[in-house]
Amino acid sequence: MSTAAFIVIAILTLAGALAAASLSKLIHAAFCLVVAFVGIAAFYFLLGAEFVGLVQVFIYVGAVAVLIVFTILLTRRADENTGGFNWGGVVIAIAVFSGLIWAILQTPALSIAAPQIEALTVKRIGEVLMTDYVWPLQCVGLLLTAALIGGLILVMEEKR
Amino acid sequence: MPTLTLFLLISAALFCIGLLAALSRRHAIFILIGIEMMLAAANLNFIAFWRFGPQPQSPTGVMVAIFSIAIAAAEAAVGLALVIAVYRHYRTTSVDKFDQLKG
Amino acid sequence: MTSEFVDQIFVVAKHRLLLLLGGSPDWVIQIASSLLNIAAVLGVFLTLFALISVMERKILARIQNRYGPNRVGPFGLLQPVADGIKMLIKEDIVPIRADKVVHFLAPITMVASTILALGVIPYGRNMTPFAIDGGILFFFAVGSATELGVFMAGWGSNNKFSMLGAMRAIAQMVSYELPLIITVLPVIMIVGSLSPDAIVAAQDGYTLAGIVPRWFVFTPWGAAAFILFFVSGLVESNRTPFDVPEGESEIVAGHMTEYSGFKYAIFFMAEYFGMFAVSGLAVTLFLGGWHAPISALQFIPSYVWFFAKLAVLLFVFIWIRGTLPRMRVDHVMGFAWKFMLPMAFACILAAAVWHYQAHGLAGWLWSLGVVAIVYFGLSRLVDAKKRFAPRTYRFAE
Repeated sequence: MSTAAFIVIAILTLAGALAAASLSKLIHAAFCLVVAFVGIAAFYFLLGAEFVGLVQVFIYVGAVAVLIVFTILLTRRADENTGGFNWGGVVIAIAVFSGLIWAILQTPALSIAAPQIEALTVKRIGEVLMTDYVWPLQCVGLLLTAALIGGLILVMEEKR
Repeated sequence: MPTLTLFLLISAALFCIGLLAALSRRHAIFILIGIEMMLAAANLNFIAFWRFGPQPQSPTGVMVAIFSIAIAAAEAAVGLALVIAVYRHYRTTSVDKFDQLKG
Repeated sequence: MTSEFVDQIFVVAKHRLLLLLGGSPDWVIQIASSLLNIAAVLGVFLTLFALISVMERKILARIQNRYGPNRVGPFGLLQPVADGIKMLIKEDIVPIRADKVVHFLAPITMVASTILALGVIPYGRNMTPFAIDGGILFFFAVGSATELGVFMAGWGSNNKFSMLGAMRAIAQMVSYELPLIITVLPVIMIVGSLSPDAIVAAQDGYTLAGIVPRWFVFTPWGAAAFILFFVSGLVESNRTPFDVPEGESEIVAGHMTEYSGFKYAIFFMAEYFGMFAVSGLAVTLFLGGWHAPISALQFIPSYVWFFAKLAVLLFVFIWIRGTLPRMRVDHVMGFAWKFMLPMAFACILAAAVWHYQAHGLAGWLWSLGVVAIVYFGLSRLVDAKKRFAPRTYRFAE
């Protein structure tokens, strides 16, 4: 059953991601990006990292996607041409993809099955965040504050 | 549960689709969409390695993914603020037109 | 017919139904169990939606000194049937230049995310539809997907009123999401778990000879957090006094302007389900979930207590709607950022103080002191510049 779930989620995520990269209307691309993010969160649930899946939906779908659609709204123009398509980028992306696939398939040590683990509870994540990873936590807090202040300063109207 | 190879293939595919969006589009927001997709694909890679790795009891992979999501959110906020600020001056979001420092 | 049997009657019924599928493989039984849970939740809440829509009209009417709907059925209780038929047979108008796919998917996104949020609330003993370890985080994660639905509605209608209404609605919802989540943090901190079942179990027991339950609302930080959570819930569901996004005299119907017929009914349903979800979470976090208020009344089944508390909270929602006028949108934002957010942080501090004084009387008084000092300090700071003219009354001669 988890193989069937994997196939369904994989098709959904890849379709959403391809649509997000190739649709011409920007707002449709943003909504397909949301579908891709939800698909990635479903992958996290499948892999047993439920907390990361919930954080992914919360932050990516609830915050980053809303930011993107707001910015699309605020930078709209009457002539809605989102520019041409640059086919050189497609060539490079396909080249990188083939390189990665070759590297993955060359490594036999990667064809392992999942070991049985007990679920990682949120309590354990909280304990580890406050003991082993407390310095990265404070740094991320500082970074988010700096990003917030920086974002506000960038967008504030200049005083005449 | 599929093998690790399948998860890595999916995350490589997502990364390359993000790369496609970032390299082949001219609208600044499309490029940001591509960058967010690349970050999400890299996170998926981390979690896949954590799950199939030798020490699934230690939460290192999950920690990296959580911090990476937080950093991605901060970077998206600042990037979008930049797009809005540039749009105010240039009245366009096509990155081809931002060439005042060229030459 | 002991009280435990009546309490667990739905759980036992579900097990009997699943035994009918005895020999099937494991995944079939899992899927069947999930489907039964989903059907139960949908059945209960659709009925409650119908009931609340008519009760709201009748209660609002009584507050305004008139009768509500009383023609269809006894005391007007079959009014939702008439409303449903009306909504279904109305013509579904889509503007010609609207974005058809986005216009169609917006109400579906909103109602889907609110129904998902209803799935993690414990409705009775052993009666949580989906018991996830991070249940509270799941609730907020799918709740934040509602904003995307609002934006899709505003964008897809290709209408300036809809776009403005959607932007106001999203600004309001995003501003109040912060107090909503931060007021939940003291509860999670004290309980030590994100699972709603654990939070309800931590409010078990009674003090003072079985009269006063150990609910979090009876502590100073819990009462302040409950009021803040309730007000944030009012804003999240776009109810009066914060219903600028759908105020008819200001912005026509905001993001729902171009929707008619069944799609409008879906938006209406999404708003009510949002109310149910927020009230259900408030009952779980602060009002003790499915526990009885007095230890002598514990023989009454747990789901009866949950729905009784939910009904009280919904009555307060409707009461506030009938009593208060609409707030101006910049006052709404100022209230969130300048008052509710610092007050929410003060609740976390007060909860920590209470916890470290070993939950006793000293802890109670200390945390009450923290909450009171921050409240009065904020009131002085925020409101310092208002000067009102002396009030003059003029009566009709």
